Amino acid sequence: MNLFFYIAGIVAILSTIMVIAQKNAIHALLYMIVSFFSIAVIFYLLDAPFIAALEIIIYAGAILVLFIFVTMMLNIVIEKKKEKRWLKPKMWVIPIILAVVLFLDLVFAVYSIPFPSVDKGVVMPKHLGVALFTQYLPAVEISAMLLLVGVIGAYHLGSQEKKVTHRFFEKK
Amino acid sequence: MLTIPIEIQLLFAGLLFFLGLVGVLVRRNIFFIMMSIEIMLNSAGLVFIIASAHWKHPGGQVMFIFILAVAAAEVSIGLALILRVFHHYKSLDVEAVNELKDEVKE
Repeated sequence: MNLFFYIAGIVAILSTIMVIAQKNAIHALLYMIVSFFSIAVIFYLLDAPFIAALEIIIYAGAILVLFIFVTMMLNIVIEKKKEKRWLKPKMWVIPIILAVVLFLDLVFAVYSIPFPSVDKGVVMPKHLGVALFTQYLPAVEISAMLLLVGVIGAYHLGSQEKKVTHRFFEKK
Repeated sequence: MLTIPIEIQLLFAGLLFFLGLVGVLVRRNIFFIMMSIEIMLNSAGLVFIIASAHWKHPGGQVMFIFILAVAAAEVSIGLALILRVFHHYKSLDVEAVNELKDEVKE
């Protein structure tokens, strides 16, 4: 089982590196799907099969398809040429140094905290549903309102302004 | 059952998070910045699942579902904003959106 974790982890990290280093948006999105699938494998190994299914259905199935739709609506052929100018190799140096320093900080923090473990069985999807709809019910309703705000906001921002003047009167 | 120490698992999630952070800092294309933010949200969810598996508590998985809802709302609004920016400036460069910048006197 541990071997599966390491394999999925290496695939996830490599495909995530490909996402952030890629010039073509569609290729980056396809690598991101690979990354989410391997993270779903890790969720399955961590005794969360329902969350693994949600990761595949919602992240890889809905959110990334939304990204792909938008990529195909935009004109990425022009952007691909500009991308070479934007992505100079020396731009990577300072962010990587900062991230490595923060990561070493995280390593120090993780290894300085004790993690006492408990053995009380395993969290089944049933426990998840019961906890979600009793203990966390107000948060569920707030997240429903958040999704409503998302729908209304996307509709408002996505709608085009109507033309009110005849094109004869338009200023050049 | 995994017998990997929890520190390794947490550092794996941290590594994914920092890859997303490097993506946000390096890229100038708004589209890739959004994708890196997705990677960071996903790795934050991974930390919740690791904690949930370690302490055998359903709270972490509940939090992952909330992160999923937040990510979905964020993506819908963010992509609508990206479409607006692209139609207005004809570019996906974040540096094109600089109308709040002060005028530089010469």
